Amino acid sequence: MATATMADEPTRRDMLFIATGAAAAVGAGSLAWPLVSQMNPDASTIAAGAPIEVDLKAIPEGGIVTVKWRGKPIFVRHRTKKEIDEAVSAKLADLPDPQTDAARAKKPEWLIVIGVCTHLGCIPLGTQGTRGEYDGWFCPCHGSVYDTSGRIRKGPAPKNLEVPAYAFSSDTKLTIG
Amino acid sequence: MSGPSTFVPKSALGRWFESRLPIGGLVHSSFIVYPTPRNLNYWWTFGAILSFMLGAQIITGVVLAMHYTPHVDHAFSSVEHIMRDVNWGWFIRYAHSNGASMFFVAVYIHMLRGLYYGSYKAPREVLWILGVIIYLLMMATGFMGYVLPWGQMSFWGATVITNLFSAIPLVGDSITTWLWGGYSVDNPTLNRFFSLHYLLPFMIAGVVILHVWALHVTGQNNPDGVEVKNVERDTLQFTPYATIKDSFAVVCFMIFYAWFIFYTPNILGDADNYIPANPLSTPAHIVPEWYYLPFYAILRAVPSKLGGVILMFGAIAILAFLPWLDTSRVRSAKYRPMYKVFFWAFVLACLGLGFLGSQPPEGGYTIAARLLTLYYFAFFIVIMPLLGLFETPKPMPATIADAVLGKGGSAAAKH
Repeated sequence: MATATMADEPTRRDMLFIATGAAAAVGAGSLAWPLVSQMNPDASTIAAGAPIEVDLKAIPEGGIVTVKWRGKPIFVRHRTKKEIDEAVSAKLADLPDPQTDAARAKKPEWLIVIGVCTHLGCIPLGTQGTRGEYDGWFCPCHGSVYDTSGRIRKGPAPKNLEVPAYAFSSDTKLTIG
Repeated sequence: MSGPSTFVPKSALGRWFESRLPIGGLVHSSFIVYPTPRNLNYWWTFGAILSFMLGAQIITGVVLAMHYTPHVDHAFSSVEHIMRDVNWGWFIRYAHSNGASMFFVAVYIHMLRGLYYGSYKAPREVLWILGVIIYLLMMATGFMGYVLPWGQMSFWGATVITNLFSAIPLVGDSITTWLWGGYSVDNPTLNRFFSLHYLLPFMIAGVVILHVWALHVTGQNNPDGVEVKNVERDTLQFTPYATIKDSFAVVCFMIFYAWFIFYTPNILGDADNYIPANPLSTPAHIVPEWYYLPFYAILRAVPSKLGGVILMFGAIAILAFLPWLDTSRVRSAKYRPMYKVFFWAFVLACLGLGFLGSQPPEGGYTIAARLLTLYYFAFFIVIMPLLGLFETPKPMPATIADAVLGKGGSAAAKH
């Protein structure tokens, strides 16, 4: 057969075969993308997650206010002198996730953290008497203990309570997000 | 074992149809003349029981979806609406919620049956792995279904389980956000869980067809673990022998199932799930449904988050490797005196882990959970490979017919 001698040479058919395969792969990928991407937060969810304002005048010293942002509780804690001292004096070597208090609080009297345990997402307790041995927060689900800087001290949680992006728009106004 | 069908319909219309779509022949060869080992015991009826449960869950589920609203503001009250207003709604919902538990009761017995009688060994590896896939799909379906009533346990169970994925290094948080469709478990999460909860049972049905297909290629294992050598002597027709036995077992199982529905419909659930979901308050004890408890205990036994997640998924994934971890050439534990002891210790370890999963993770409970987790993995990774080398099996009957009719083998004297 005449074509047998051509077997080693790439033919137009080989070229078409590869081009068709490549086009199909690109096509399948670009069709899969919207199907995967639609599961990410939609525009309304992102819009609802815009920054919020908190009035700090209403929070007395020693008080913790919980505000909801992006479906999660945010703890805004007006720390007392004693609580600040405890947070600052903790030795970094004692911390599972070492971080100084200054790196976590822009103003020492205000601590702002996301109130979600870094273990499996429960909300740690922070009312008087339930704060755990480091006077910060205690997670009832699996027993993680946080200090007055929201840093993990004991228990299965791997990381400190997350600090969200925030700024003081004035002395009494806080913007979270 | 199912050869080409020799089925010829009696009626002319039947013959006309059969020559165009031979579905009658498929049913005839698969469920009428299909040869079943004549020594099968009642542990072999759980396949039929599971098929019944899958059907029951799909029927009750489709009906519930006619009355349920997958929205965070309406989900909880629509479930109460089903319970109070919809005709027979209480019955259908209790049948569905208890049906999930019954499904898992049956699947655990079915899996342990396979483990005891060595049903995963060659040539049934693919059959076994398809079963592991069905079990994984069942776990995903059950988890998403439990989220739908949007009670406190629904919400916090969903939060804890989806947070497991945040343990994955680098991409964990992006994956969690992608699963949620937001920054926390919220309406988008509920909506997609409803969609997937409706889809997955049909995927299970698809894999079940492959599972039964694979079963009909290799033939069933049996309590003596001896392959069929002579179809005439070693087997009985599926109909009426297996059909009647399976039907009887399904009816007995239905009585057990009905007892839960009509006498104690909430005993397997958690009272906290009758409190509407509150994203700002975590219940004191988050406890998953009973059928996940052993794995939850393994998760919490490990002091590291990523380590716990890996061991928990590993505990399920390891089942798929069973055909190659077990080095013994003898299938049935009936002829494996040492394996039998380790098997029952394994069953006790699983029950123990289940109990520990329901308890708070502190003190002695954590230590016990660690020991049992160690045994769980040692059973597969250490004991199974080594037993094949050290164990001396008991003498086995040469054929199934010998086992039943009492010639040779230790099982003989029973009849």
